[in-house]
Order: sequence, then structure tokens, then C-alpha cells
Amino acid sequence: MTRYYALPALSLRSVAVWRRHFLVWKKLAIPSILGNLADPLIVLFGLGYGLGAALGETGGTSYFGFLAGGFMASTTMYAATFESLFSAYSRMHVQKTWEAIVNAPMTLEDVLAGEWAWAATKALAAGVCILIIVAVTGNASFPLALAAIPVTVLIGLAFAALGLSVNAVASGYDFFSYYMTLLLTPMMMLSGVFFPLERLPETVQAVSRALPLYHGVELTRPLLAGIWPANALLHVAVLAAYAIAGFYLATILTRRRLLK
Amino acid sequence: MNSLEVRNLRKSFGAQEVVCGVDLEVAPGECFGLLGPNGAGKTTTLRLCLGLSDPDAGEIRLLGHPVPDRAREARAQVGVVPQFDSLDPDFSVAENLVVYGRYFGLKDQAVAPRIPELLEFAGLAGRADAKIQTLSGGMKRRLTLARALVNDPKMLFLDEPTTGLDPQARHLIWERLRRLAQEGRTLVLTTHFMEEAERLCNRVAIMDRGRIIVHGSPRELIAQHIEPQVVEVHGPGLEAWLAGARALVQRTELAGDTVFCYAGDVEPLIASLRKQSDLRYLHRPANLEDLFLKLTGRDLRD
Repeated sequence: MTRYYALPALSLRSVAVWRRHFLVWKKLAIPSILGNLADPLIVLFGLGYGLGAALGETGGTSYFGFLAGGFMASTTMYAATFESLFSAYSRMHVQKTWEAIVNAPMTLEDVLAGEWAWAATKALAAGVCILIIVAVTGNASFPLALAAIPVTVLIGLAFAALGLSVNAVASGYDFFSYYMTLLLTPMMMLSGVFFPLERLPETVQAVSRALPLYHGVELTRPLLAGIWPANALLHVAVLAAYAIAGFYLATILTRRRLLK
Repeated sequence: MNSLEVRNLRKSFGAQEVVCGVDLEVAPGECFGLLGPNGAGKTTTLRLCLGLSDPDAGEIRLLGHPVPDRAREARAQVGVVPQFDSLDPDFSVAENLVVYGRYFGLKDQAVAPRIPELLEFAGLAGRADAKIQTLSGGMKRRLTLARALVNDPKMLFLDEPTTGLDPQARHLIWERLRRLAQEGRTLVLTTHFMEEAERLCNRVAIMDRGRIIVHGSPRELIAQHIEPQVVEVHGPGLEAWLAGARALVQRTELAGDTVFCYAGDVEPLIASLRKQSDLRYLHRPANLEDLFLKLTGRDLRD
């Protein structure tokens, strides 16, 4: 019988998959990095300075400073999501890259683990680009702000795992709109990216605390400001739980799709 | 030890059983053809043999390794040419080979010196830096074949290796496959081109609806199951002529507006046809396709 539910057996072979994706990325590195810098620049300056001028202080800091942490976390989330949805789907379904790889002595788990690590790498790259912008505008307090870098990897792993699970049940690119519009966009509004969570009703706040992005924001924002986050261990544990449970789910769903 | 041994292999998708008790044996150095109409279960059988899908029942040993339990070890010594193009469109020809070698744990420095030889084999000498988009369908298929050789495999699995290729490209692939067989590599291929199977394979198995109906060498099978001569006849006067001509042959098959007449000696039939100006005919020796159609029927399989 097909062993859909067995725990994923991770192996170092998946490094070869990561290296494949890295080689593709290297060919398009310059436009990719420019995009990683330009997108947050536009939003941070537009909202941060523009809207910030109207809002004044938010959460005890300038609005730009407040937004920086939330936006770094949410951009990281989107970077991992795009890679694990659209790019992974292209490789799985359109280009048949996964099929080619598993014809070699590689397993589906090797492929998934490579995708997972790669999407987290893209999240890391996006996060570092934002950190540079935030630092240049004088809104990051070093050295503690550097601790936000490993947090981007953790957020990346959590959302890449969820993205790969959605990818495994996708019927086409359009399918991803459901996930993006119905889950990620509301999540961004409920996770304290643009405004402090205290503005929301108590029951809504309870929902927020179950969302992975909320925990990412709660870690990133204080770290950029040079403050050790309250309940840091809890936030890390929730993100890690999403990452690990999500990857297990992605493994099961992908096996069901491809090991028939 | 056989390169591939399969016993009582079964696989269902939902309620539909697509592989229903298949037995196969492929000896080292043999070129074995798995033939069958669309949906016969050929590709599923190949996937099961490679450990890419778990069987519901049955035993598989590939190069001595039990599959799927030790499929990774087995696949390390196998090359696969899949049915659909899966080359990396973002990479050059050479990069496709190097990156694929990494999946076998081969170092870039180990693959690099072999690239000229692999490209020579694929008829792509000097194209190492070409982009995949600039290659024709035949070139892509040959590069896929070269990619399957990157680990110097003992055995190759080819799923419809020449489907969609023009005759020139097809003949080149056949020539290369024969060369691989001469080097002592075991080949397993699926095809629905009977001509391809007849030219390449020492042994074939015809599969239909998940079962192997016959197996043996192409010549033996034709001799066993089919009259040696075929005359294909069509034209407006067919029915009237056929009423009188049926006695001259052993067996006839009607397909659309053409009648296939099978016999050991077709001279009397041809003599009768020469008198019919309203009929066109083609006389040829029986081939594997006649056998295939006799066994699997002439109905379309979509």
C-alpha cells in the first residue's frame, strides 16, 4: 500500500535540488534583487512617510518605524509564498522538473525539502533587502536588528510549508488566488502589520494569536527597534510548529497527488 | 540474474485496476519492448518498476534490488527517458547534464569531462552552450537520452522514445539505441510504433487492459499468430469482389473501407485483383502491427 502518512525522511540529497533553483536564480539575480529592493522602497516610503505624516506616532514610535517591522515580516511571507506556489507549481506541473528529478535516485521528499529550503532562502533574501532599506533610513537598531534575519528564515519555512501544501492540491495557477485573497490578505490585516492589534476587538485578537504572521511580526518589530521581544520563545515555537506541521502536511498531500 | 523481474504486479486507481497481475522478465543486455494501445497500463508498469509508485500487490526486483523498498539504490544504476520533455528550460545544454548528474551524487568535475562524449552521442557536438529553447524536438529527445546516460547506467527505461518525432529524428534515435544495446546495456522501452519494436527489440510483450496477452520475439509472435502475407484492398467494387474472393484467403478483417486479407499464399488473390480496375491494393508481409491489431482489436482507445 502507498505509504502516504509516513514521516518524511530527509536526506542531504535535497541540496542538489536547492542548488538547481539557485543556479536558475543566479541567471536572473539582478532583476530579482532590484524587485526585492524596489517593492518595499515604494511601499515603505509611500505608506511610511506619506501616511505616517498624517498618523504621527504609532505604538510608541514613528509610523515608518512601526511599519518597517510588520512589512519586513509580511514581505518575507509573500516571498516564500510566491516561490512555493507559482514557481513550485511550474516546476512540478508545467516543466516536469520534479518528474525528471525523481527518475534519478531522488525521492519526492528530497524534492520537497529542496523546494522548502529554497523558498525560505528567497524569504531570507527579501528580508535582508528590507533590512538594508530600514537600516539606511535609520530605523534599525543594531546589533539586535540582525537577529531579525534568522526570523525571516523561520517565517519563510512556515509559509513555504503552507504554500507547498496548497500547491499539492492546486488545479492550476488560478487556484492560488483563493489562498492569497481569502487567507493571506486577511492575515496581513489581522497580524498587526499596518496598525497595532490593540485597535481590534478582543475576540478578533484571539484569532490573530493563532496566525503565524502575527508571531513573525511580534518578533521582527521589537528586534528592529533593538528590544528583545516579549515571549520570544513562544513566537518562535508557534512559527516552528507551523513550519514542521506544514511540511508534514505538504509531504502527505504531495504524495497523494504524485505517488498514485 | 535477470535485470528486471516482476511477479503478479497489481495496481488500482480508485475502483479501476490498471495493472492486473503482470509478470515480466528482462535478461541483461536484452532490448525489451512493452507494447500496447493508449491506456493499456504501460506507463504505470514502468513507474512501478522504477519505484515511483507503490504496487498494491506483487514483487519487483530491479538490478537485484527489491522495489520500492530499495528503489533509490536501483535507480542509481538506471537511466530514464520520460515520455514528456522535462529538460530545464532555464539551463544550457551542458548545464542540464551537470545539474542532472548532481541528482546521482556526481560531482561537477566528474561530469564535465564526459559532456563532449555525451553530446557527441546525442548528435549535439558543439552545442554545449545552446539554450534549450533553440533545440528542435528531435534534439531535445536526444539530449534527454544523453541526460539519462549521465550516470553510465546498466539499464535504460524509455517511455515512447520517438513519439512526435519526424522520420529522420526517429531513425537517429533507433541507431543510438542499437548502439547502447551493443554496449551491453539492457533496454526497456514502451511504444505503440510496431515498426520500432520490430526493429529494436529482441523480445516484446503486448499489453492490453492491464494484462500481458502475449510475449516473445517479434518474428516468433508473427509466425505463431498471423498468416505470413497481407493484402490490403479498398475501392468502390470492394463488396462485390469480396463475396467471390473470400475463399482465396484464410482470414479477412474489415476496417472502415479497407479489407485486410491474410493468407500463406496470396498469388490467386492477386491474380483476381489484377482483373479489378476499380480496386486498389497493397501486398506486404505480415508485421507486428497486424498481430497487435488482431490481439487488441481495431477499436479506438482514447
